Amino acid sequence: MPRKEQVYDDIPGTYVFDAERSRQGYGINMFCMSLMKDENRKAFKANEAEYLKRFRLTPDQTEAILQRDYNRMLELGGNIYFTAKLGATDGHSFQHLAALMTGNTQEGYAKMMLGGGRSVEGNRSRSGKNAASPFVAGAAKASAKPKAKTKAKTKAKPKSKSAKRK
Amino acid sequence: MARIIAGIGASHVPAIGAAIDNGKTEEPYWKRVFSGFVKSQEWMRQAKPDVAIIVYNDHASAFSVEMIPTFALGCAAEFPPADEGWGPRPVPVVEGHPALASHIAQSVILDEFDLTICNKMEVDHGMTVPMNLLFGKVDKDSHWPCPVIPLAVNVVMYPPPTGHRCYMLGKAIRKAVESYPEDLRVVIFGTGGLSHQISGPRAGLINSKWDKAFLDNLSKNPKKLIKIPHVDYMREAGAEGIEMVMWLIMRGALDDKVDEVYRFYTVPASNTAVGHIILANRSRAKASGKHKRAAARAKVERKRS
Repeated sequence: MPRKEQVYDDIPGTYVFDAERSRQGYGINMFCMSLMKDENRKAFKANEAEYLKRFRLTPDQTEAILQRDYNRMLELGGNIYFTAKLGATDGHSFQHLAALMTGNTQEGYAKMMLGGGRSVEGNRSRSGKNAASPFVAGAAKASAKPKAKTKAKTKAKPKSKSAKRK
Repeated sequence: MARIIAGIGASHVPAIGAAIDNGKTEEPYWKRVFSGFVKSQEWMRQAKPDVAIIVYNDHASAFSVEMIPTFALGCAAEFPPADEGWGPRPVPVVEGHPALASHIAQSVILDEFDLTICNKMEVDHGMTVPMNLLFGKVDKDSHWPCPVIPLAVNVVMYPPPTGHRCYMLGKAIRKAVESYPEDLRVVIFGTGGLSHQISGPRAGLINSKWDKAFLDNLSKNPKKLIKIPHVDYMREAGAEGIEMVMWLIMRGALDDKVDEVYRFYTVPASNTAVGHIILANRSRAKASGKHKRAAARAKVERKRS
């Protein structure tokens, strides 16, 4: 049965882990969860294809895991908090996985984050039909001032009542 | 009676926990993040809450895909830190408050919020990182400054509860707390967010404009936030940014009008925009007066009957 088109499928570069993907990817996520145990990590590393037979996986899912195709795993029902455990088993940092998924180098990805991250502009809608959320569009008008990168402010001192309390 | 004195919003980025555990808080990258919580820790020391209710989400630690409760309330006496693949975080076991927790469960379930009760549960960085940010670093063999009631919300599998549902649960929690006879000062945390996406080709997304609007409205006009559809969170604040709905449980538990005591925002901590806010209930000072009036009223009613 083909995947039912969802409103959020229009968000580019995003595989929403919904109830349908959760059903479909149960085997991928349970495999990833099993990697929390050292004995399982060792068994997986010793013979990956053999170890994967313990889980109910489709040939596509098995292939995606063996190839470490993280985007494909997400598309086939894997969830990032689970697939990150596979990355950790391979000894990779999360940033390494992020770089892989975004088609960037790890250095390039790190630089992008330090620069304030990936902009939402141009990244909202695949079809171009969905513009900025009215919630944020309204707020943008209200705050015309440029923002500093780091901001902390104390609006009111804690009330003396609580301060006096022992 | 018990009462909620303040609500706290804080991100729960795992790398913040790792920075604390590995002694990196003085490195410039991390100092930028931690400097935003110095005043908050001072505020917390003065506020001296008796209990903290912490709304957070589990990240494939206590819950896998075998069971996905939408709202899970921790009623246990203690919650050990979970092993998230690098051994459990070197923080103390989190002491619970089973009496208040079970009272909340009884009250909010009758108010039609069908909670899952957890009498055994491990807690991951989603809860212990905000605790560190507000309580400071606490030695593993020491104790956290107050007992904690964890409320784990499913924001991993879509759909999480709606913003409206979260807000209304907050109101039900407040009602439950205020019907608890012991005189307890309670704080409630909403954790997670702000904007971030860590999955797929769009990973790394940050939307500061959205985050600022969210914090502004959280403080002044929360009713505007409860109408935001899930797809807007995911489109604007990232697939994982949807966890911001948890802050609305915290906000629902507060007065309609609150005092914004403190706010902090910085980008990034690893893949995430770090947001933090402290909102104090205005009724916190008046509560004792109200309590006296309620007690007097009850006395009169007893006499009449």
